[in-house]
Amino acid sequence: MTTKPSFHLLPMPMHSVILFIAWLLLNNTVAPGHLVLGAFLAIAIPLLTSGMQDPQPGFRKPIATIRYVLMVIFDIIVANFEVAVLVIGPAKKLQPAFVAIPLDIEHELPITILASTVSLTPGTVSAEISEDKKWLYVHVLNLTNEEELIALIKHRYERPLKEIFKC
Amino acid sequence: MEFWIELVVSVFLVVGAVFVLIGSLGLAKLPDFYTRLHGPTKATTLGMGCLLAASVILVTYQQGYLSLHELLITLFLLITAPVTAHMLAKTAMHHNLEILDKTSNKALTKRARDRINP
Repeated sequence: MTTKPSFHLLPMPMHSVILFIAWLLLNNTVAPGHLVLGAFLAIAIPLLTSGMQDPQPGFRKPIATIRYVLMVIFDIIVANFEVAVLVIGPAKKLQPAFVAIPLDIEHELPITILASTVSLTPGTVSAEISEDKKWLYVHVLNLTNEEELIALIKHRYERPLKEIFKC
Repeated sequence: MEFWIELVVSVFLVVGAVFVLIGSLGLAKLPDFYTRLHGPTKATTLGMGCLLAASVILVTYQQGYLSLHELLITLFLLITAPVTAHMLAKTAMHHNLEILDKTSNKALTKRARDRINP
């Protein structure tokens, strides 16, 4: 049995806002013509694509989200310096490793964000995820202490994500 | 153009170029596929960020309006770089690519390939 789909003008309000801003940034203007065109696209594209959407937990805590983004940007800058030093230094000293990180968070969107953050920040690249989405396999460029790395990722990145998505 | 704007723009350009160079250097000199992945995913993001910041400052100053579409490039880069790295690492793993001998926990790749728990 299917329920009759109800019509919403804005089925995905967040996406509409992002599309509108992205359109204006792409054209680098706030001219009235582009405001109208951007608004049209911001309404039309979600209407056409909302049926394909896979429900994901939303961002429940806006302030925690902003804090997380700023922290990640800062960590990216630090990680860049660290990786630069490792690249310039002698390759013999590197101790690469594979590490499996146990995941507490569920759902695809939070795990994707965690995996991307891990790839961008502390000398690690996410490589694979287990079938049941309980383990994240990462490759580390220079491993010093496995427990420390797992604790760092869980404490610094996973815990705020868990709070943001409430999962 | 005022001297201090030239100075800020050139500092951003030089720092950005150095990081992009280091990223490419990593791609060339590191020993195996997985370690090579680290150079372009990390050093390059900051390098590109600096180059784009230089572009924002220069264009905003010269044209007299705020130019922000560089922000969009940075955003797309931040979204796509980790996804590409993940796909490359995953493909390498499933193709059984040679792993540097001193890599610890090499056995994990077998578990990861079957997507089972370690």
